[in-house]
Amino acid sequence: MSLLTVSNLQVSYGGIEALKGISFDVEKGQIVTLIGANGAGKSTTLRAISGLVPIKTGAINFDGRDITSLDTSRLVSEGIVMVPEGRRVFANLTVLENLKIGAYLRKDPQEVARTIDYVYERFPRLKERHWQLAGTLSGGEQQMLAVGRALMARPRLLMMDEPSLGLAPLVVRDIFAIIKMLAQEGITILLIEQNANAALRAADSAYVLETGRITLSGTGTELLNNQSVRDAYLGQKRERKRPAQA
Amino acid sequence: MDFIQANLPYLLAGISVGGQYALISIGYTMVYGILRLINFAHGDIFTVAAFFAVYLSATMPLIVSLPLTVVLTVVLGFVVERVAYAPLREAPRMSIMISAIGVSYLLQNLMWYITGGLAKQYVTIPWISSSVTLWGTTTKMVTLVTPVLTIILVVVLVQLINHTKIGMAMRAVSKDFETAKLMGIKIDAVISITFVIGSFLAAVGSMLYFSNYTAVTPLAGAMPGLKAFVAAVFGGIGSIPGAVVGAFIIGISENLLKAVGLTAFSDAFTFALLIFVLVFKPTGLFGEATTDKV
Ligand SMILES: Nc1ncnc2c1ncn2[C@@H]1O[C@H](COP(=O)(O)OP(=O)(O)O)[C@@H](O)[C@H]1O
Ligand SMILES: [Mg+2]
Repeated sequence: MSLLTVSNLQVSYGGIEALKGISFDVEKGQIVTLIGANGAGKSTTLRAISGLVPIKTGAINFDGRDITSLDTSRLVSEGIVMVPEGRRVFANLTVLENLKIGAYLRKDPQEVARTIDYVYERFPRLKERHWQLAGTLSGGEQQMLAVGRALMARPRLLMMDEPSLGLAPLVVRDIFAIIKMLAQEGITILLIEQNANAALRAADSAYVLETGRITLSGTGTELLNNQSVRDAYLGQKRERKRPAQA
Repeated sequence: MDFIQANLPYLLAGISVGGQYALISIGYTMVYGILRLINFAHGDIFTVAAFFAVYLSATMPLIVSLPLTVVLTVVLGFVVERVAYAPLREAPRMSIMISAIGVSYLLQNLMWYITGGLAKQYVTIPWISSSVTLWGTTTKMVTLVTPVLTIILVVVLVQLINHTKIGMAMRAVSKDFETAKLMGIKIDAVISITFVIGSFLAAVGSMLYFSNYTAVTPLAGAMPGLKAFVAAVFGGIGSIPGAVVGAFIIGISENLLKAVGLTAFSDAFTFALLIFVLVFKPTGLFGEATTDKV
């Protein structure tokens, strides 16, 4: 059953068409990834689903309901939560405050405290550093905090915008391990990555986005083995080999 | 003893007017912190509060008119934000600045229109306006009340910002609108609350400030408004402790200048200070390096 259905989504910035009518599905409990080059429209897709940018045409359905016109606050309370590109933790708030603000719409303090414990269990580093200002954390820790903060809202759909960007290879491995763990716990994941290799390995299904259009789709494995994907995104060009990006 | 006796009135007046500047400057600094906007209309809202008190007190007892003055001032601050600033959220910074200047002139002209440009006698608030003698110096009660009340309000405000959910939301919004939205925060509501707090403090400041004077004119709030703005810049615009410290320093300095006979320079001092700060330490006493919001 699909949790999220995007149909013919179009988004423009001024005159520039960033999304030219894309359609895709996110099945409940799966990891779905959108891969594509810089500027393809990946972030725009997530920002449109989150209600951060206005939609020109198209429809977005979540759990069988039309959510196209809901504002961001309502979408968060429905369980659509995003980890933005570049982590964007609140540097002027402590680690604990960052977690608490992730639960901004939740009313029951005891349940929020329970979720904080749940997040601390998964990210012990955050517990150790709960009193520190988030701006003083390392990049990897900030990414953990951004994920933990999103979990505080108890997401049903967790959307992540390039969580591995700018992180050391070891940390990237941790991040993907966490993504798989969250999916096993029943959180549906929509993942955006330029690191196509790791994303496709983790994904149940995948879409390729090229300048505002979806050009390919399939299971993660299918796209991993697709020659044009390998040429364009996996750094395995036949004529000129480049080292894969971490 | 003579020296103290001679200078104590100035020092007391300085502390008192410093507190009044502080109550205004918090509104400037909080709005700047959240919108990166210098709210030019804030000084006029402070003056309008004085006229609310004058006109309302003409028809009702002070116990009703003064709370109502605070309420109306808060409503005015809220409405100004919703009508003149909120629609420009996505517009270039310059547009909203110009809108603020427009609101400032609009309020000034409305005050001219309603008063006919005549000075109106300010209300005499019992107890606050009564005289008190302290170490041989006679002053008004307001001189003693202001710093105490200011400190109490500032402490409450800082607690609110650092230890409540809404305060946390204000800090988050002041850092990053978009990510705050992703937390489910309604940023328009948070911005409105900021204006409400700023206008509330300006209304209280207005009552204290004008209790020192017999009359109020449409431009009577311009100078204290400007000085409160300088205090906010001096303290590091965006910083509440900075605004408060800056306001007390300015209030005390200008009165000590009067004490040593340099009355003519007391206003000029404030603006010289502004230029000095802008040239040598643009971030002010407590300001962080300006990071423009993404
Ligand atoms: N705020 C914006 N204003 C104007 N154009 C934008 C804005 N954000 C993105 N774009 C443009 O939209 C296109 C898609 O961008 P984006 O969704 O960020 O791509 P991706 O995340 O895949 O790198 C790009 O051409 C980009 O330049
Ligand atoms: Mg992007």
